[in-house]
Amino acid sequence: MTSKSFASLAEPVARLVEAFNKLPGIGPKNAQRLAYYLLRSPDEEAKALAEAILALKEKIKLCSVCFNITDQDTCSICQDKERDHSKICVVEKPSDIPPLERTGKYNGVYHVLHGTIKPAQGIAAEELKVTELLFRLQDGSVTEVIVATNPNIEGETTAMYLQRIIMPLGIRVSRLARGLPFGAELEYADDMTLGQALDHRQEF
Amino acid sequence: MGTPRSYQTETIIIKQTKFGESDKLITFYTPEFGKLKAVAKGACRPGSKLGGNVEPLTYSLMLLARGRNLDIVTQSQTIDGFPALKSDLWYTSCGLYILELIDSFTMENNENRPLFDLLLDTLHQLCQADSTEIVLRYFELHLLHHLGYRPQLHRCVMCNSPLKPVFNFFSSSQGGVLCPHCSQEEPGVRPLSVDALKILRLWQDCNYATAKRVKVKSELSSELKQVLQGYIVYLLQREVKSVVWLEELKKSLDNHGGGD
Repeated sequence: MTSKSFASLAEPVARLVEAFNKLPGIGPKNAQRLAYYLLRSPDEEAKALAEAILALKEKIKLCSVCFNITDQDTCSICQDKERDHSKICVVEKPSDIPPLERTGKYNGVYHVLHGTIKPAQGIAAEELKVTELLFRLQDGSVTEVIVATNPNIEGETTAMYLQRIIMPLGIRVSRLARGLPFGAELEYADDMTLGQALDHRQEF
Repeated sequence: MGTPRSYQTETIIIKQTKFGESDKLITFYTPEFGKLKAVAKGACRPGSKLGGNVEPLTYSLMLLARGRNLDIVTQSQTIDGFPALKSDLWYTSCGLYILELIDSFTMENNENRPLFDLLLDTLHQLCQADSTEIVLRYFELHLLHHLGYRPQLHRCVMCNSPLKPVFNFFSSSQGGVLCPHCSQEEPGVRPLSVDALKILRLWQDCNYATAKRVKVKSELSSELKQVLQGYIVYLLQREVKSVVWLEELKKSLDNHGGGD
């Protein structure tokens, strides 16, 4: 099915243009350019792209432990015996893990919530992987949960909720520090951040 | 001369959604223009000077540039970030409920200054409330008033006779109280106790300070909640989503002790 806007194109081209157009950040012009590029490109290149897309949907599933995306039953991080399994870092989405890994400062494991509590959109804790997190905490081997949700109102709500339900289990709950980002200017900092930066100032 | 290219306004930020790669689409409420939407460019990036100033539940002074479709936030200075409210799970959730109500009931570019004042006042009250339930009910009642849905609490909406101090009935579809006689002909009415009616009448015409002096027992409090939220759901023709979360949270707070 092609909509009217691409009706002047040949059917296979119009189908592809429309598919590209659905991707985030790709407008109708971009979509057409991509489609015409693929039309001119060698067969192998187009095939490789098609296969990569299919493989993405077929092979990728969620890790049975931490719910990160993986192509195995448990992800490489959860399988790694070298890592510290007594620390769990809770993140909102799988794409939050690579930047934390890049810091090279964290050697624990992760837990992906797949969202945050969004009251106005009807997303409560039940919709997130919170029960699964509590299940992981049951055997007593975990000593610290680091809540690394985004420092915005929904991330904070989620963090405060997690703190509320995990604290009674006798497990340390910590939160990523909030402060001034590298390259920022004090003049433009918002009051909440600057206040937090002052509260948690560090000795040299 | 046409309209100026940029304008400045006080705002209370209602919500934000991600917009493109690193921009945010901000919905906010202003005294001069009612609800507006604008783009905060680059607000998702760390180090953005807008980032923390365009979070929901923030009262700020904003400078906006007129765009072709959407206006653009060029500067935002926080006047009050309600830190006390944001650092408590229950208060934050109540705040988000209030914002959802404002967002659902208002249209863009529809000025309503008293509603802005009520919203600002309510957020201040929430920060220092010993009883958030009263603040929420007061807000709901006055929100309805400012939107033109002020419930009729003094006379029967059907027969116009003064209400007697007996068990009366609240009708969402009629927008007020029915006497026992008239309520028999009206489907979907909710019984309203004498005490509940008294409190609603008092709250309808008093300020926060007086409203908070009233002691409301939990049974009465849940009756008031059902009446007002029932009316709101009837007007919106849909559920208020934050209510689900508020109820879930209240249950878990009651179990673990805490909240109020």
